[in-house]
Amino acid sequence: MSLAASSRRHAVPIALFGVAYALVTLATGNEYHQLILTLVPVWAVMGLSWNLFSGYSGLVSFGHAAFFGLGAYFVALAQVQWGMTPWIGIPIAGALGGLAGLIVGLPTFRLRGHYFALAMLAYPLALLYVFEWLGYQELTLPMEREHPAAFMQFADHRVYALLALAAMLASMWLTSVLERGRFGLVLTAMKQDEAAAEAAGIDPRAWKLRAIVLSGALAGAIGGFYAVVLLVVTPQAVFGMLVSSQALIVAMFGGVGTVWGPVIGAVVLVPLSELLHARLGNEIPGIQGVVYGVAIIAVILLAPEGVVWKLRDLRQRRASAANANVAPTAIVADDAPASARTIGPTLLEVSGVSIAFGGLKALDGVSLRVATGEILGIIGPNGAGKTTLFNALNGFLRPAAGSIVFDGREITGQPPHRICAAGVGRTFQVVRPFRRMTVFENVLAGAFVHEPDEIRARAIAVDALDQVGLRAIEAVSAGGLSNRDLRLLEIARALAGRPKLLLLDETLAGLDTEGVEAVLAVVKRLAARGTTVVIIEHTMPAMVRLADRLVVLDHGAVLAEGAPEAITRNPDVIDAYLGKRWRTGDAVDR
Amino acid sequence: MDAAQYAENFLQALTAGLLTGAIYGLMCVGLSLIFGVMRVINFAQGDFMMLGMYAALYATAWLGGGPAAPWIAALLAGPMIFVVGVLSHRLLISRVTGLRSTALAADGHYAQLILTLGLALILQNGGLTVFGSAPVSIATPLSSSAWELGPLLGDRISVFVNQGQTVGAVIALLAVAAFVVLMNRSRLGKSLRAAADNPVAAIYMGIDVERAHRLAFGLGVGITAVGGGLLATVYPFQPYIGLEYVIVMYAGVVLGGLGSVTGAFAGGLVIGLVQQLSTLVLPNQLQNTAIFVVFLAVVLLRPQGLFGRAARRT
Repeated sequence: MSLAASSRRHAVPIALFGVAYALVTLATGNEYHQLILTLVPVWAVMGLSWNLFSGYSGLVSFGHAAFFGLGAYFVALAQVQWGMTPWIGIPIAGALGGLAGLIVGLPTFRLRGHYFALAMLAYPLALLYVFEWLGYQELTLPMEREHPAAFMQFADHRVYALLALAAMLASMWLTSVLERGRFGLVLTAMKQDEAAAEAAGIDPRAWKLRAIVLSGALAGAIGGFYAVVLLVVTPQAVFGMLVSSQALIVAMFGGVGTVWGPVIGAVVLVPLSELLHARLGNEIPGIQGVVYGVAIIAVILLAPEGVVWKLRDLRQRRASAANANVAPTAIVADDAPASARTIGPTLLEVSGVSIAFGGLKALDGVSLRVATGEILGIIGPNGAGKTTLFNALNGFLRPAAGSIVFDGREITGQPPHRICAAGVGRTFQVVRPFRRMTVFENVLAGAFVHEPDEIRARAIAVDALDQVGLRAIEAVSAGGLSNRDLRLLEIARALAGRPKLLLLDETLAGLDTEGVEAVLAVVKRLAARGTTVVIIEHTMPAMVRLADRLVVLDHGAVLAEGAPEAITRNPDVIDAYLGKRWRTGDAVDR
Repeated sequence: MDAAQYAENFLQALTAGLLTGAIYGLMCVGLSLIFGVMRVINFAQGDFMMLGMYAALYATAWLGGGPAAPWIAALLAGPMIFVVGVLSHRLLISRVTGLRSTALAADGHYAQLILTLGLALILQNGGLTVFGSAPVSIATPLSSSAWELGPLLGDRISVFVNQGQTVGAVIALLAVAAFVVLMNRSRLGKSLRAAADNPVAAIYMGIDVERAHRLAFGLGVGITAVGGGLLATVYPFQPYIGLEYVIVMYAGVVLGGLGSVTGAFAGGLVIGLVQQLSTLVLPNQLQNTAIFVVFLAVVLLRPQGLFGRAARRT
């Protein structure tokens, strides 16, 4: 489905919802109800802003009040001090929120998980006390009796509700476009497995920054609007913990990582809490908060991922009951003879690479060369440092000493996404697919490395799926694949980045004979098409058939290297790894 | 202001920082136990502390207000809130934590956050309904008396040490020491540490991890409640006070390195010191900003905490 068609498909329900909401607003005469109708879209936008960052990236922010509050104070102060109209002030507040996102994101993205969440908590609260100290405990926007409309002041409060509605619809549309495109795909991939995404050429920091800048801009703008609606700005009301919680509560209630989730959350929870407060607030102080708390706890116990996901799961369960069987993958014919390959000049040169974990030397001065077009096998006992070597080659680990030169360029210590862009693809010993994405989306996530254009990236992903024979199951969720298909999927994801060198880490592990043959055939075909392959493998017969050359690692050092036949006869290798049954020399045939 | 005056202010702030810091430290130890064992961010921790304060308030009245009544009441708040914590875990928290969380998106982090946020809302607002919104405090006979250290350096410097706060700090220290002994010596402590270290392996060793989590949660909020009871003899409080302190506590726990008991105590101590010493150079309103700035600096520069060991990034 093309991008334009999918956003049109989303545009229709959004537009219908907008029309219905506008009609309800126009029919409402009570000013208090008009205020509620204004606050619902305000908090929906705040939830969408939170969702745009935290929902897609998976980094929980407790700090969105920082952006909201800066926007609110900017609009209020600009009008008080310089007589600036909110019509100009709100867009600037948005820019300011984006800038604040950048400033917050730059240092804070070094943190992960709980640390990130807690650090985000500190920003709005630090600002809260600063604004109190600056003497802005209560800032009132002046009434502009001369040109009220020019200063966004309306006697008819329904106008505010309609303006807020417009902001909400625009935010929903923006979210739906971003969700369907590269932005959503890349962030969703990172959320599921950041390391795998990085190895597939995604720069996590850059994408997180984009997300937080956009998110901050939305929050800043709607904060500015909030100031105009309430006419009074206090630090507690705009920087307080409740602002950040409200943003994440409406989003989580409705469903994280969806367009409709935050809107549903706001539509249900905001009127509920406001009306409870108005009805019972005097007799039972705090009733609003208690009911609010009970409501979200109930939802989280019944639908831990939010209302939208629960509905989606129910619908999917009904749909999958109808067609339970997924077509098996076609086995790719081994059509290209391995002998067609030509071995060229050195593609990768590793010299003296060492890595230590505490006192353990995982790699101790490893040097090796890989020639263009060759298939190099790496063998060795468990703990020899094979995977550590791959981690050094693709940038997960920074070598303490030594250098890695790839394609004539020094890549030692560069981040994984840049090494991927330079032409090194890899797979993992324990498969790391993006489980909640389809096969096609998994591969597409890897296809943007050299191709920012979405349509061409899709073509690349289709081609990569063809090469491994997974085209038939491209719409299946990766979480439900067999081990063999997962291995092939990882290869396809790496291929989508158009690698010159493919690092395969125990790609045959856990496969049955048929699976081994299928994957071997794919690898041979890739090599025949000119991809250089380095493969770690324990199955010696497969290795002997596949590799042009073997390197034996033991205790973090190169023990031997050479042609497979020579290696299987090398007494040191037999002692260290292969075992005595290889001494007779006849085991190669098995 | 001359040097002697400055030195006196400094010593006074240092004393106040150490005394409140010890109580913060105790509160942080409770939070750190929960995080260390369960890997859950409990947003309601501050509100359990608030419950502890009110429990201590009512217990003081019940004890009839002898000179030792506030301190005994603070200690009694521990078991009372322990029960509340165990029940909350059994009924609510356990649904989205521990082994069940692996089935949820993002290992259940979203669900845990929103659940504890919901719990915090209920406790705060339920507190408002039950206890009222007027600030209250626990008066101790020692609150208004102080030891005078000095005069030092001739007769130009003297430091006043509040006796009530000192008793509170000493009780906090003893409680932390008792807890450390419990964790290191008892069977319960061992099972908690095992469950924290590797829940799956702990199950294979015959440890009931679900029960360990329940006890850790109860103990964690109970310990924080004792801290709250002690703090209630120093500062006035109302049902919304938890919000402020949950941040102070997390700052302390992160400072000390998430999951370490002694680190958490030291972190709480540092937070108390930062809060009081910052008044020497910053206006009073920026006390908490100073805490957050120090907290951010530590998190960004030394995410393993001031006292933690560096962890490998994977």
